Amino acid sequence: MTVPPPAEAETAKKLEERESVVIRFAGDSGDGMQLTGMQFTTESALAGNDVGTLPDFPAEIRAPAGTLAGVSAFQVNFASQEVFTPGDDVDVLVAMNPAALRTNVGDLKSGGILIVNTEAFTEQNLQRAGYAKNPLDDGSLARHQLFKVDVTKLTLNALQDLGLSNREALRCKNFFALGLISWLYHRPIDSTEHWIKSKFKKTPELVEANLRALHAGFNYGETTELFAVSYEVRPAPIAPGFYRNITGNSATAMGFVAASRKAGLPLFLGSYPITPASDILHELSGYKHFGVTTFQAEDEIAAAGAALGAAFGGSIGITTSSGPGMNLKMETIGLAVMVELPMVIVDIQRAGPSTGMPTKTEQADLLQVMYGRHGESPVPIIAAMTASDCFLAAFEAVRLAIKYMTPVILLTDGYLANGAEPWLVPKFSELPDVPVRFRTDPQGFFPYLRDEETLARPWVRPGTPGLEHRIGGLSKEHITGNVSYSPANHEQMVRIRARKIAGIAREIPPTPVGGAAEGDVLVVGWGGTYGAIAAAVKDLCARGKSVGHVHLRYLNPLPPDLPDILSRFKKILVPELNLGQLVKILRAEFLVDAIGMNKIQGRPFKVSELVTRVQRLLDA
Amino acid sequence: MSDASAVKVSKKDFASDQEVRWCPGCGDYAILNQVQRVMTEIGVARENLVFISGIGCSSRFPYYMNTYGFHSIHGRAPAIATGLKVTRPELQVWVVTGDGDALSIGGNHLIHVLRRNVDLKILLFNNRIYGLTKGQYSPTSEPGKVTKSTPVGSPDYPFDPIAIALGAEASFVARSIDVDAKHLHDVLLRAHAHKGAAFVEILQNCNVFNDGAWADLTEKTTKADSQLLLEHGKPLVFGKNRDRGIRLNARLEPEVVQLGDGVSEADLIVYDEHNAALAYLLSRLEPPQFPTPIGVFLAVPKPTYEQRVAEQLASAREKLGEGDVDQLLHGGDTWTVRG
Repeated sequence: MTVPPPAEAETAKKLEERESVVIRFAGDSGDGMQLTGMQFTTESALAGNDVGTLPDFPAEIRAPAGTLAGVSAFQVNFASQEVFTPGDDVDVLVAMNPAALRTNVGDLKSGGILIVNTEAFTEQNLQRAGYAKNPLDDGSLARHQLFKVDVTKLTLNALQDLGLSNREALRCKNFFALGLISWLYHRPIDSTEHWIKSKFKKTPELVEANLRALHAGFNYGETTELFAVSYEVRPAPIAPGFYRNITGNSATAMGFVAASRKAGLPLFLGSYPITPASDILHELSGYKHFGVTTFQAEDEIAAAGAALGAAFGGSIGITTSSGPGMNLKMETIGLAVMVELPMVIVDIQRAGPSTGMPTKTEQADLLQVMYGRHGESPVPIIAAMTASDCFLAAFEAVRLAIKYMTPVILLTDGYLANGAEPWLVPKFSELPDVPVRFRTDPQGFFPYLRDEETLARPWVRPGTPGLEHRIGGLSKEHITGNVSYSPANHEQMVRIRARKIAGIAREIPPTPVGGAAEGDVLVVGWGGTYGAIAAAVKDLCARGKSVGHVHLRYLNPLPPDLPDILSRFKKILVPELNLGQLVKILRAEFLVDAIGMNKIQGRPFKVSELVTRVQRLLDA
Repeated sequence: MSDASAVKVSKKDFASDQEVRWCPGCGDYAILNQVQRVMTEIGVARENLVFISGIGCSSRFPYYMNTYGFHSIHGRAPAIATGLKVTRPELQVWVVTGDGDALSIGGNHLIHVLRRNVDLKILLFNNRIYGLTKGQYSPTSEPGKVTKSTPVGSPDYPFDPIAIALGAEASFVARSIDVDAKHLHDVLLRAHAHKGAAFVEILQNCNVFNDGAWADLTEKTTKADSQLLLEHGKPLVFGKNRDRGIRLNARLEPEVVQLGDGVSEADLIVYDEHNAALAYLLSRLEPPQFPTPIGVFLAVPKPTYEQRVAEQLASAREKLGEGDVDQLLHGGDTWTVRG
């Protein structure tokens, strides 16, 4: 039996237009909500909308079915205007079971659309979710538009003659949900059809099953009387060009590949599996044809050590981790500072301390990477601002590491790492050069004879005749690099290294100031809070408020024009997903009375939270 | 790699201009001397040799070699050396470490570098003491060892480096002695020739903090009775008069037997350096009941880690062609927004 193509979006039902919509798909970890969300995101991007996403999944791979701990959710914001965040409150919630309803319904707007899979609301599941009474029947959801759909039964019906096991058939129900929501928002589903065909190409019966579920969901929306209205979100005015969706971790991996190609050097990644960094290891391990070597080390320490060993040999040495792993790498970073070899250490921050909430985001490693080493060991620190920005941030980290012969720390976070957004794909030829000069001339060579401008020492590949030399963790004599215990020499070398890193400020481009160029409140952020702050400041400015926004890519050294920008505003607000780390640095560096705004819940700021806080400052 | 163009080199060519700063009488001098001598014989150009060490007395070694060198972090030399060797397989990389560096703080890295069979020459100087930190017991110190940190004796049990290396699936495992110049020389040459992780335990005397730790094995009067020389294809005979041997009894336990009186060499274990089980059995022989085995315990061919990595890279390029960044960036679900 062939599947009838879904009905055209041509419909007699009422069509309403929306500027932006936030949908959250929530279900059990095994329900495929992440996949559903990603596919819907792709459909929306292809429909010309701007999009922002927030995957939110539990740390447990498969928590007991039906429990609150096992709920996995994916939020997507799509709009006919620029999207900065995954959205604050939710317009549409798809809840595949009572636990998903319970944990997410609080974020659904009053009057919002709530689609539930009625079949999952069994006595047992209600009990697991902690419901004494069935919320579908007791009127507690009256402030929402409740749509009760028996997703399970409808899916099974659509697949009944395929001879699949019940278990296999049930696994298709996320595509039913996706089909239904796709109909509701007039999304083209051909990209999802294409995905299904390629994903399951080895098992044609699963291609058929998932396509049928998808179409059944789509057609259900069209034919059932349950839904009287469907919605349209027009394309956003987006800069012309070639786009793709990209997650932060993918962008980071690609940024490294691009930088390695520009430098003409092989890329070596040493890594140990850790959430949320492992995807970079997975992705780079598939790029062997780019000359990328990935090394899954025995631990975080060996991962960093091997990256440094590769850098010693003339490769681009990278290591990736998250907070707890960063602690373990710090000793190696100290050695890299001492021997002045280039390497990049990526910290994809997560909620800590310790294992904390490993799948949730946070920004609490700034002080660790800034100060968390032994001795005087300054390193450049770069932070990515958005998922796609991870590409340029990774690229820049490599460039600086090589130019200044230093370890560079790149900060991203769980929100950027897993979140996806449309990316105007750059051309390789338009990326900056990454010049590499290996020293080969023995004439006048000394291991610590520095470049006059950058203060970088020469990079010598072992194997170069006549340049045999020894490096190591012991203090070294200025220029000769011989072991030295001279007190004056030690201070001189410490100061030179500090000057070398501080000198990077020379090439930091002018800091862009969003919103007002001067005025009442300057919001200073860094890292993954970019979208939320930008949206909040845009909103405030649209209402005539005098609010500016600076988002720091360079955290060490800080941009040289920052003091001047800070002085142009009456008040400075520093929102961070920590207890106040950048704000400490700003207060210490510039003696400004910057005010912190802090959230440590494993979730990004809501735009509304930021707007409210700035408004309070304006009113004070 | 060998360099056909190599001119005759002398030991001096491998000595750096740095003053050697081990204590006078330290066993490390003899090892340095032997390593420099071996370097003149292996035909590898100086620039293609790299010595990487961790922390400890032994780990100062690279500073005294006129090759490329990296004095790194306590215990981490195998990790750093792995990164170098995997990306630069044409270099010959030697790791110099000690019993504290390799077996205590760096135990994890040691077992994994051996398991992976990275082609590194790993020299573990075992003096059964922490020297650089001035005399605390190490993981190879004998039980009850009285040191600065164990004034009433160490409650620890030690382990044996050879048994560790064998357990970690090393493809080459040997033991030699700092002052046994000829034997050390030959073992180092064997380590050089082995393709894969070559682990060499060198019994080394710390004359300041643990003098005489291996005296039975090095003193003229006791040496012959205390050492059991392992030689591939030869029966396990030892003793001043070469009149004793090692035999397996009916319970498959090794025992010391007196030759003659109905026991001949034909009854003894004939050593086979390709036999890992035999190597492990011999690694358990300890004084005073048994002589200490010296020599190559195990040497088996096994593809190296860096070879297999290189093969994967080559086959990916063959299958997918040389990577193209624009193609990579343009992958996935894409769309064009027209102006």
